[in-house]
Amino acid sequence: MNENKVLHSVAALFDTPDKIINAARKVKDAGYTMFDVNTSYPVHGMDKAMGLGQSKIGYVTLFFGFAGAVFIFLFMGWSMAINYPYIVGGKPFFPYQAFIPITFEVTVLCGSIATVVGMLAVFFNLPFLSHPIHDSNYIKEVSVDKFGVVIEAEDPLFDKNKVVEFLKNLGAGKIEFIYEPEKQAIKILQPKFIVFLAVVAALTSFSTYFTLNKLMYIVPFNWMDNQKKSNPQSETNFFYDGYAMRTPVEGTVARGFMPYPFHEQALPSEPLANPTLPTKQILKIGQEKFLTFCSPCHGNYAEGVSRLMGQFPPGPTLHSAKIIGYSDGMIYNIITNGQNAMPSYAYQIPREQRWAIIDYIRVLQRAQNPKPSDFQAIKELNKESGKNVVN
Amino acid sequence: MNIDYTKELALVEGNPRLADIDEIITRPLTQPPTRKFYIALSISSTALLIGAYSLWLTLYYGIGMWGNNIPVGWAFDITNFVFWIGIGHAGTLISAILFLLRQRWRTGIARFAEGMTIFAVMTAGIFPVIHLGRPWLAGYLIPYPNQHLLWPNFVSPLLWDVFAVSTYFTVSLMFWYMGLIPDFAILRDKTVDKIKKTIYSIFSLGWRHSNRHWRHYEKTYMIMAGLATPLVLSVHTIVSFDFAVSLIPGWHTTIFPPYFVAGAIYSGFAMVMTVLIFVRKVFDMENIITLNHLERMAKVMLLTGSLVAYAYLMEFFIAWYSQVPAEQYDFWARVVGPYRWAWYFMISCNALIPQLIWFKKVRRSVVVLFVISICANIGMWFERFVIIVQSLSRDYLPSSWHMFTPTLVDFGVLTGSFGLFFTLVLLFAKTMPVISIVETKSVLEGSQPSVHGGSHHE
Repeated sequence: MNENKVLHSVAALFDTPDKIINAARKVKDAGYTMFDVNTSYPVHGMDKAMGLGQSKIGYVTLFFGFAGAVFIFLFMGWSMAINYPYIVGGKPFFPYQAFIPITFEVTVLCGSIATVVGMLAVFFNLPFLSHPIHDSNYIKEVSVDKFGVVIEAEDPLFDKNKVVEFLKNLGAGKIEFIYEPEKQAIKILQPKFIVFLAVVAALTSFSTYFTLNKLMYIVPFNWMDNQKKSNPQSETNFFYDGYAMRTPVEGTVARGFMPYPFHEQALPSEPLANPTLPTKQILKIGQEKFLTFCSPCHGNYAEGVSRLMGQFPPGPTLHSAKIIGYSDGMIYNIITNGQNAMPSYAYQIPREQRWAIIDYIRVLQRAQNPKPSDFQAIKELNKESGKNVVN
Repeated sequence: MNIDYTKELALVEGNPRLADIDEIITRPLTQPPTRKFYIALSISSTALLIGAYSLWLTLYYGIGMWGNNIPVGWAFDITNFVFWIGIGHAGTLISAILFLLRQRWRTGIARFAEGMTIFAVMTAGIFPVIHLGRPWLAGYLIPYPNQHLLWPNFVSPLLWDVFAVSTYFTVSLMFWYMGLIPDFAILRDKTVDKIKKTIYSIFSLGWRHSNRHWRHYEKTYMIMAGLATPLVLSVHTIVSFDFAVSLIPGWHTTIFPPYFVAGAIYSGFAMVMTVLIFVRKVFDMENIITLNHLERMAKVMLLTGSLVAYAYLMEFFIAWYSQVPAEQYDFWARVVGPYRWAWYFMISCNALIPQLIWFKKVRRSVVVLFVISICANIGMWFERFVIIVQSLSRDYLPSSWHMFTPTLVDFGVLTGSFGLFFTLVLLFAKTMPVISIVETKSVLEGSQPSVHGGSHHE
């Protein structure tokens, strides 16, 4: 045996269960604390002989089982009654009776996982493959039909010769010295390890790429992407003109929809009246749509100075006397049919929004040419609120 | 043969020594596979391949490949699911309930039955998933924070099923693995083969037979048994809720939970018996899986079979007593309707044939027990078929009545489920100790101290 090695423990083998029980009791009585008994199956009465109390693992089960139950019960209640309440079969939003099965299952699941994982990883500190006892002759005999006692060198009462003598007196068959394994320095930057990392990185990237970009789009996992139908804007051989989209038959009128009576007429004979009232909400919609559709040419304040100046035929100011003089219906007609360089906005702006834009244009015009009564009204508002509304 | 029942029988026959136990149990692991093994494996893997091809057809073309229709939307798929989940129940019953009841004879069969539980639940788990139509979206069943901002419907019995079956599988797997750790350690210390040693070292986690570990280990084993016992009863209860909570005549009955649990234990024991009769013969384990074990299992089958028979009768009584015409018609149609052949199979295999077990000669005849266990398996499959298909095909409105005719793909998937199960069982028998070495050693005569100070080691 190599004398340079550090002694971990002294192990002794016994032949029968009676002898091992007796030995364990004697070792305990001699005052050793860091000793262990190794048997390939649990021997009755050994806990008492070794002076071990009841296992406390049950508290782990109790705590985690209970925690799991409370969590899942509250979670189900939260998700079904608070986060996204929906009615199922006319049941109440918090049907606690129907939560019982899952609460029970999760109790068992959490309790048992915590117990087993807790026992193996926390109580036993497993996996522990480098324990000195492994690969000794001692453990090989113990695992078949022998029973063994180990006394560790770190025990305060440990003395090599005394322990050997003591174990021999107990009737031990064989005595073995168990040494600490030699510490091996592990180099992280070995070429083998770097190649391994590279291979793992390549495999991970490739499989992620393949899964997300290829696998999920092959038949049948393709999210119903490939269907025997023609999508809008696509080509088809089915129709003579090659378009998959069809236009309605000439003269088709949608249900509940009255076509604009002055279609493509520059001067409507009897312009429509504005059906909206300039309320705050309508003006807000009008402002939003004006800024989206009209301001690129007419300017943010309809002053005719716009951000497309010089790149596009300029839009005229809307503050001219001519346009102020137009009726609402006339402006509506211009937005709907277009005029000169201005195209029709009939397909881009719904009817109500066109009227809302006109209301907003009127507000802009009034703001450019205020009346004395407007100043009076602003003064009164300022007095009421105590603030300067104009600013 | 006369047995004195007043005295506890030796659990292991032939009085072997501790070292012999290692030898007997690990023999299949150390010897090269025999010709018989290859023949069995080729049969089961052929069945598995048939199933794989049928599954491929199902996935590629959709579940239109099956015979399911409206109103029979559940047919072979759910029948197979309930059948295999039921098979799985025997394992946990043997390992958990019999453990708590201090039935020490369970030692010889527990590991195998637990393994069968795992494989049966794995097989069963396939069916509800493929039944989804687009099974790759099965993850939607799990409550995880998702981009749809939706949670699953926790009020649905189908979701309870997801939790019940997945919990059952996880707990059974841990229970099984926990039992295997010390056995893997024994194998690790025994083997001289380097590859085997690496594998066993990894799976034994560095277990070192320490009594400081046994103390917690035994406590944990008891806690796990205590948790698994209500779990195993809850699983088939929840499976029966899939039916009982709906309103279909023949399904909407309160007797379903106990009736399903009894049926599950009955079919599970039948399957364990079928497989064990093979295994003890093939691997020469008649000393450890003795005739006494088979006799005791037969008694459990007799009890649960009789409970199932009682449930059959009670269903008919309640149908009459309820005065609900649809309910009455449904049960009458089971006897005289178009699916009466399935009902006759069910009644004769589940209610009548197991009554033979009352005779001691039958209980101690391996051949007869084998035949009875096969009958029980067939009968229990037909029971689920009757409940599901017959009830759906004859609901309230005669105008919506429709027959179900299985397609070849249906049979292919069924064959494949048997193939998967038996392939896994065969590989298990060849790669892991099918009987717990540790537990067998601990119940051997002379393995425990003759005088031990006081309490039992639990």
